[in-house]
Amino acid sequence: MLAYAIHRSIRKFSGLFVAGLIAVLLLSRPSLVLAQESPYIVTYNHYLEEPGSLEVEYFSTFGTQRGGNDFDAFWAEFEYGATAWWTTEFYVDGQTTFNDSTIFTGFRWENRFRLLQREHLVNPVLYIEYENTSGADKILKEVEGHDVESAYSASNAVLRKDHDHELEMKLLLSSTFKGWNVAANPIVTKNLLPSEPWEFGYAVGASRPLALKASPNRCNFCRENFIAGVEIYGGLGDTQSGGLHDTSHYLAPVVAWNLPSDWTLRVSSGFGLNDNSHRLLLRWGLSREFSGFGEILGRFFGGRP
Amino acid sequence: MKAGLALLRRAGRSQLAVVAVVVLTVVAFAVGGEIKESKYAVLAEAPEKTREKKNPFAGDTQAVAAGGKLFEQHCAECHGAKAGGTRKGPSLLREEVQQATPGTLFWVMTNGVVRRGMPVWSKLPELERWQVVTFLQSLKLQAKNGQP
Repeated sequence: MLAYAIHRSIRKFSGLFVAGLIAVLLLSRPSLVLAQESPYIVTYNHYLEEPGSLEVEYFSTFGTQRGGNDFDAFWAEFEYGATAWWTTEFYVDGQTTFNDSTIFTGFRWENRFRLLQREHLVNPVLYIEYENTSGADKILKEVEGHDVESAYSASNAVLRKDHDHELEMKLLLSSTFKGWNVAANPIVTKNLLPSEPWEFGYAVGASRPLALKASPNRCNFCRENFIAGVEIYGGLGDTQSGGLHDTSHYLAPVVAWNLPSDWTLRVSSGFGLNDNSHRLLLRWGLSREFSGFGEILGRFFGGRP
Repeated sequence: MKAGLALLRRAGRSQLAVVAVVVLTVVAFAVGGEIKESKYAVLAEAPEKTREKKNPFAGDTQAVAAGGKLFEQHCAECHGAKAGGTRKGPSLLREEVQQATPGTLFWVMTNGVVRRGMPVWSKLPELERWQVVTFLQSLKLQAKNGQP
């Protein structure tokens, strides 16, 4: 009941919230911070948001659908660096299914905790996320258990009747060496209904900047501003039915363009690797980092100037 | 205790999730209290082997310019536009920093000082980190020569 009320409130006030946030962001002073974001859309490396910085992101996933209508799922992310070892993030999801409807599909609250103070060969970060989404959620931010293409073929009216309250945990393992970043994320998800099984998944990525040395001048198109890579992700079954049968898997080349004006553009073209996968998941995302957001909040709540 | 457990049982999963959100958000703003140690103590923690690393860009004016650009983009927010420090990060013009070896500065950048709020910067490629070190060490020379 409360979940329904939260859903309704978020839908009612999301416009107001977004307008307010935009106003705060526009009032915040401009900075020269270059985001240096990774190109991954599904995989996480061990780098967290800088403390006090807020990153506002918009992502879109166009997916093909056999036995149904293609869709465009989208989400907004608000990622805040609470400390140098803790990043917290709030997502709002929605989707448009062509020849059907556009609907709000839920929200997520994610936390990432850096486990070791210093850099090591492999750096672990603990990821914990609470999801409150409907069955019509199609952002495919992660693939786990027996997620298959056919599960998304029904109409929005049918899919949205299901509500998922899930806890998702990942161990983000990441290593950076000679400019290359390699990251591996084992995933465990539990629907909070006791009858539901634990589901498993994975995401693995590798990426590298196109240049390892900065040029002396400020530039938009320098090679150092581009990071290219590839990620592979998919499901690994669940505790009731393990193994790779009825699972989907994707291979996605990714690229990020970090602009000196704080903006980052990411593009990814994901290809389904088996018959249970969507043939194509075309993703893009635009994000902007606002440094000093924590200070603005602190001042707003009466902190010292 | 019993009342608390009964309350937990009555509360739905959603209520608990909302409470968790609120508690963690409050904690997020509460953590990060003052740490009673010198801001520069971390320089002494660099391993001997790392301290002796040579800067591949030593004396390279192009690297100073590139490092200055990187400093402006990634470091100035906390350490100040002229590296003189802000409330968020210490001055890098102080003797402790300027007398540190290039390898020490490189090690601090790579590992960050997570407990004091400085993130790790290994996401910058190694050569870019050396460019920043070259820029930082050029500040000492600029000060000696009376340049701004």
